[in-house]
Amino acid sequence: MTATAQGTGTGALAPARHGRAHDLLLGVVGVVGELMITAGVLLGGFIVWQLWWTDVEGDRAQAQAVERLGWEPAPVAAPASAPAAPTVAARETGEPPVPAEPEHATTFATMVVPRWAGEPERPISQGVDRETVLDPLGVGHYPGTAMPGAVGNFSVAAHRTTYGKPFNRVEELVAGDPVVVRTQDTWYVYRVTSTRVVDPSDVSVVAPDPVDPQAQPTQRTMTMTTCHPMFSARERYVVHLALDYWAPTSGPAPVELVGGA
Amino acid sequence: MYAWLWRHLPGPGWVRAMVLLVAALGVAVLCFTTVYPAVAPLMPFNDTTVGDEP
Repeated sequence: MTATAQGTGTGALAPARHGRAHDLLLGVVGVVGELMITAGVLLGGFIVWQLWWTDVEGDRAQAQAVERLGWEPAPVAAPASAPAAPTVAARETGEPPVPAEPEHATTFATMVVPRWAGEPERPISQGVDRETVLDPLGVGHYPGTAMPGAVGNFSVAAHRTTYGKPFNRVEELVAGDPVVVRTQDTWYVYRVTSTRVVDPSDVSVVAPDPVDPQAQPTQRTMTMTTCHPMFSARERYVVHLALDYWAPTSGPAPVELVGGA
Repeated sequence: MYAWLWRHLPGPGWVRAMVLLVAALGVAVLCFTTVYPAVAPLMPFNDTTVGDEP
């Protein structure tokens, strides 16, 4: 590694000293270069960790959170060619049951978005801080906003990239798409009413009535927030939904999940 | 730096290579389990909520 620029010929003191200084310089440059390469490798490792490993860990932790609930797995839509139409839940449009707000970081519901075929059932847990909810548990419920089924705005947030990226495909959602939220006792079928991009400071999107933040809420709505554009914190992508109907989980699953509609 | 390390490791070449490989793996594991998770919250590209919540 070190250069061997030996003084030749007359070389007594002066060339030798020159050689030592030269060696020292080369050595310093070499070490700095090696440190920079090392830093580059470590930064590359961070990218791998952030973009790949957090997904591996997040998906696993979220699957375990759903499993811990101990509920029947949500049915997966049968292929369109399925012979007989399966039994589906009867639409209930009266007053739905509303669960009480749970302790922080408690998983109390799951959600399935049929439009995102191939995505697993994701847990919904109380709280929206990254360390205890969004990073390990996926989808978080804004504390103080309505619970599923309630009049008001059931608001949730989740990562769009990394940590299992539950809302990765949020931009595929269009008005009318169903989102099926399940609690211990109830299926809630929400439908997308609108999507928009807002500033991170715009808390009105999670107000009880997101259309008129000052008003007393009259509708049973839901809101999903995630980052926008991807890999950026500049804006937020927001999806508003409204409750279509509900059904008890003791009966068959909603047609949005089992298919055959 | 690495040349110095190589010169000062004992044993034949393949032993030194194994030692360095194990050391590199150790550094990678340390990064994945401790260093990167500690650094990630300081990175500003992963906020999904509105308002002042962390």
